Amino acid sequence: MSQSYDRGLIEDFGRWREFSAGMWAWVLHKFTGWVLVGYLFTHIAVLSTATVDGGTYTATLQGLEQVLVVRFLEVGLLAVAVFHILNGIRLLFVDLGVGLGSQDVAFYAALVLTAAITVASIPTFLGGF
Amino acid sequence: MSTQIPEQETETETETDAEQESSQTRRVSAERTRAGMDQRAEDELSDADETVELKVFRYDPEVEGKKEPRFDSFEVPFTKGMTVLDALIFARDHFDSSLTFRHSCRQAICGSDALFVNGSQRLGCKTQMADLEWPVRVEPLPHAEVVKDLVVDMEHFYDQMESVEPYFQTEELPSGELDEQRQDRANREEIKMSTRCIWCGACMSSCNVAAGDNEYLGPAAINKAYRFAMDDREGEDMTEHRLNIIEQEHGVWRCQTQFSCTEVCPKDIPLTEHIQELKREAVKSNLKFW
Ligand code: SF4
Ligand code: FES
Repeated sequence: MSQSYDRGLIEDFGRWREFSAGMWAWVLHKFTGWVLVGYLFTHIAVLSTATVDGGTYTATLQGLEQVLVVRFLEVGLLAVAVFHILNGIRLLFVDLGVGLGSQDVAFYAALVLTAAITVASIPTFLGGF
Repeated sequence: MSTQIPEQETETETETDAEQESSQTRRVSAERTRAGMDQRAEDELSDADETVELKVFRYDPEVEGKKEPRFDSFEVPFTKGMTVLDALIFARDHFDSSLTFRHSCRQAICGSDALFVNGSQRLGCKTQMADLEWPVRVEPLPHAEVVKDLVVDMEHFYDQMESVEPYFQTEELPSGELDEQRQDRANREEIKMSTRCIWCGACMSSCNVAAGDNEYLGPAAINKAYRFAMDDREGEDMTEHRLNIIEQEHGVWRCQTQFSCTEVCPKDIPLTEHIQELKREAVKSNLKFW
């Protein structure tokens, strides 16, 4: 809507401290969604080295696993993917009109589960470096 | 009140205020001079056990000193059961009679005093000062054009409400001339919550999608559509007509289930739930033609 004066971001994202569960779920879902889209490109890039020959593919993967940053990124990717999946399930229920009264609880549950799974995965991803 | 905007609701408001002021005059029978006003404020403040600070948004494009938006602070004596609206009324009647805001019923039924209080859309008359963090910050509704102080232009909101044809229409009249058009209890229950809307605009103001898309019907209008689309008495053809309206490009499908509207609705209408249900109805009615 047109404004006769500028209230700036204050009205929307400047108020993030006042966001409620549903809004946070939306923001995080969008964010993780875009991260996953970005990942898809690197994923395809890495996979396409297999079109050269098996050796190149193995070498690429092994090389990447040598980089500490990549290991951390993998943990991040897992967190992002898990949250997106869990919140996706929450949204499925929202779309089916089931348990809308507990959508905020479902969001917090998704967060807690994501955190737990991510922490549990750290030994696997960072181990043997 | 110096409001000169030729709009219906502003005019009504001016009347209400005038009325109120005259009764105020009768009640206190003090001379309404500036000194008298200040004196009264001072007395009441010193009598009070507790005072609360109110930070109120001020803006008036027609007044020289108020062209730049700013916040004014008012110290108001706190009384048990005091609402945000009560505090605003105190500030207006004791400190600055040009402080402008809409109100009428003071009991959450007229829908004229939706405000942005401490960062969230609430009805002034339904929000207890005791429940808020102090100092209390009062602003006009976001995503609407401010006319003056706390008064925003509601025209766009009303347009969206009108566009869903918010009235009962039916082709299925009962056969006997004196027959009543009955609704069964289950159906009444289904639409019960949706009938409670008081057109306050809080939901529309809280919605991020509505803020970015001016044509989006918005939660209140969709809820209105739900109220009639779900009403069995309207008959199938009418329901289909209603679904066509809410299904258009800027209709239900814009909703991204952020739950902001449901969160702020002062009448506790499960708006997101209704929007979701209409989405499903829309899909169902389309699948029939396959
Ligand atoms: S749906 Fe609720 S928040 Fe929206 S206009 Fe109606 S009463 Fe106000
Ligand atoms: S004054 Fe009527 S709703 Fe608040």
